[in-house]
Amino acid sequence: MASLNDYLFISGLLFAIGLAGVIIRRNIIVIFMCLELMLAAASLTLVAFSRFHASSESTLPHYDGQVFVFFIITVAAAEVAVGLAIIVALYRARQTINVEDLTSMRG
Amino acid sequence: MIPFLAWLLLLAPLLSAAAIHLYFRKNQTLSSLISTGSAALGFVSALILLPMDTGSVRFDWITIPGWNSQIQIGLELDKLAKGMMLVVTGVGVLVHIFSLAYMEKDESKARYFCGLSLFMFSMTGIVLATNFIMMFIFWELVGLSSYLLIGHWFQKDSAADAAKKAFLTNRIGDFGFMIGILMLWGIAGTFDFAGLAPGLAENTHSATLLGIAVLCIFAGAIGKSAQAPLHVWLPDAMEGPTPVSALIHAATMVAAGVYMMARLFISLTPDFAELATLLPTFSYTTIAWVGGITALLAALMATQQDDIKKVLAYSTLSQLGYMVMAVGLLKPEAGMFHLFTHAWFKALLFLGSGAVIYACHHQQNIWKMGGLRKTMPITTITFLIGTAALAGFPIITAGFWSKEQVLEAAFYGNNMPLFIIATAVACLTTFYMLRLFFVAFLGKHRSDDAKNSKEVGPLMKIPLIILAVLAVIAGFKPIAETIAPLFEYHEINLRSPALWASIGSILVGAAAAALLYLRSDKDPLENNPVAKLFRNKFYIDEGYAKVVKFGQDAVAAFIHFFDELFIGGLFAGGLARSASGVGKLFTRLQSGNLHGYSLIFGVGVLLLIYLTVFAS
Repeated sequence: MASLNDYLFISGLLFAIGLAGVIIRRNIIVIFMCLELMLAAASLTLVAFSRFHASSESTLPHYDGQVFVFFIITVAAAEVAVGLAIIVALYRARQTINVEDLTSMRG
Repeated sequence: MIPFLAWLLLLAPLLSAAAIHLYFRKNQTLSSLISTGSAALGFVSALILLPMDTGSVRFDWITIPGWNSQIQIGLELDKLAKGMMLVVTGVGVLVHIFSLAYMEKDESKARYFCGLSLFMFSMTGIVLATNFIMMFIFWELVGLSSYLLIGHWFQKDSAADAAKKAFLTNRIGDFGFMIGILMLWGIAGTFDFAGLAPGLAENTHSATLLGIAVLCIFAGAIGKSAQAPLHVWLPDAMEGPTPVSALIHAATMVAAGVYMMARLFISLTPDFAELATLLPTFSYTTIAWVGGITALLAALMATQQDDIKKVLAYSTLSQLGYMVMAVGLLKPEAGMFHLFTHAWFKALLFLGSGAVIYACHHQQNIWKMGGLRKTMPITTITFLIGTAALAGFPIITAGFWSKEQVLEAAFYGNNMPLFIIATAVACLTTFYMLRLFFVAFLGKHRSDDAKNSKEVGPLMKIPLIILAVLAVIAGFKPIAETIAPLFEYHEINLRSPALWASIGSILVGAAAAALLYLRSDKDPLENNPVAKLFRNKFYIDEGYAKVVKFGQDAVAAFIHFFDELFIGGLFAGGLARSASGVGKLFTRLQSGNLHGYSLIFGVGVLLLIYLTVFAS
């Protein structure tokens, strides 16, 4: 059976891949997907800790973390809906989803 | 009764000025009547006070702790002050009446009459002052009212500039005056005129220091009485309305310097013969020479002026020079007597020129007048009387008697160079006044303005006639003894060379003027280089402009350098630049590049994890 460290390693890997994607990729939809990947990595960590961190009174693990992940998934679904709507609106306004073309915030 | 009249004399014009300024500014006619009424009230009180046996009215004003004397607001009512008061209020009331007609159509008549009332108040304060502090305060107030009245038509640049010039030039003299007052206080320990002689007797002092103090005080007179080298403001002051020129810049304010010196001398010692031992020679000789040089320079400049008021202005300068010279020759009574007669006939001449200017639709160039004797007979006759009085026509004019005293002061003061200068000035005076009279009043009309002129109304005519009468009788012994300040009767000595020199100089001047100007339509001396020098006032104004400009530029350059280097470069500018530099640095972070942001974000996350997990 996989240990906590294996899960954390996988989670870290997912987070690193997500961050790299956010930093490197130019397509805003890909960046958005990578963001979701980072969120999933965080959720995985929570579930892993929840599973392996037993309560002191009973043998059952804490389920708080796992419940928390459900909330995260729910909120993430909403966030994706908002995010995609923004991207659609952005595309309508600028006819591009390439982040290198979106520089109007430069100081 | 006496204090009441004295306070009325001082405060009536002040109340009138305040009332006009605060309440009646909209009502032009009422304002002019209030002001004229206050002047008349002052004249009547001066007239009632004249024969009374009066001392002085005193009132403690400021007490300085730890100091044994007070600064008083007092009213000195000796013969000198009362005689001077009669001149001030007398000329004042006539000028007010004349102004009623002259300024009739002016849009800001109320402001004008408010200024006149303020001036009457200030001038009364100078004359009645019992101490130097009070005199200095009112000295500044006449400067202010003179500034306001010269700049009455401030819409004209020339008038505004002239007002400014008068004020600034006076500042120079007043600064000396203030130093002189403080020096005299240091020597005698008092500001009070009455305490001056005892104060000097009590405290040991160096005569040289006293002489310097007197000269510093005289600097105030140089400024106010427009003596060389500060004479430049007076001719420019002719930009003001003509009645103002008559009142302030001919008869009263400019004579305040002479009055002040007489007041100083009479306070030093009542017996003027003692002055020579009391004061060091250099002090009074300087005063006499300043007067003599001013008299000569101004008379020379007057010979080539074409503006009727400018001729009179330079003639005023020249006559003031006479008075100052007499004061410097330690004959203040001669100076004051000349001040007294001069006030009447110079006011007459100025008001006469005002009438001419009014009738000729504000034409001031004498070469565009001519033939006025046909259209304005009364003005012509009164102007001729004024001219004769100014030239000192023997026996029948007031000017003769007073000028004779000045000439004798120079002659018997054993100051031959000054006597020669004074005689030359007498000759020049006759010359330029007759030039003015011949060109402006005789001959034929030289312009439509002159042809269409007609005699002025009674409000202008009556003051002219009254002044003409005074210009004749003011010098006669019984009248002069009653009303002239500090008059001392002199028997005319028929063998005195001074008398014959003066009569001779008048004849020479008259003959020269008749020869050159009686039948000419333009100035025969137009292209003469010497005359050109006179016409351009010896280029003194231009020289001053250069000096002032040079000095000002140097100071400005230094201050500009300081400003640029320290204020602009280091303090204000440095702060601004460092703030904007820091701002620029931070705008680099706002790249607008999403990758950049996310990289920083990632590095930040890593740093946070490292710090929280591993570093602690």
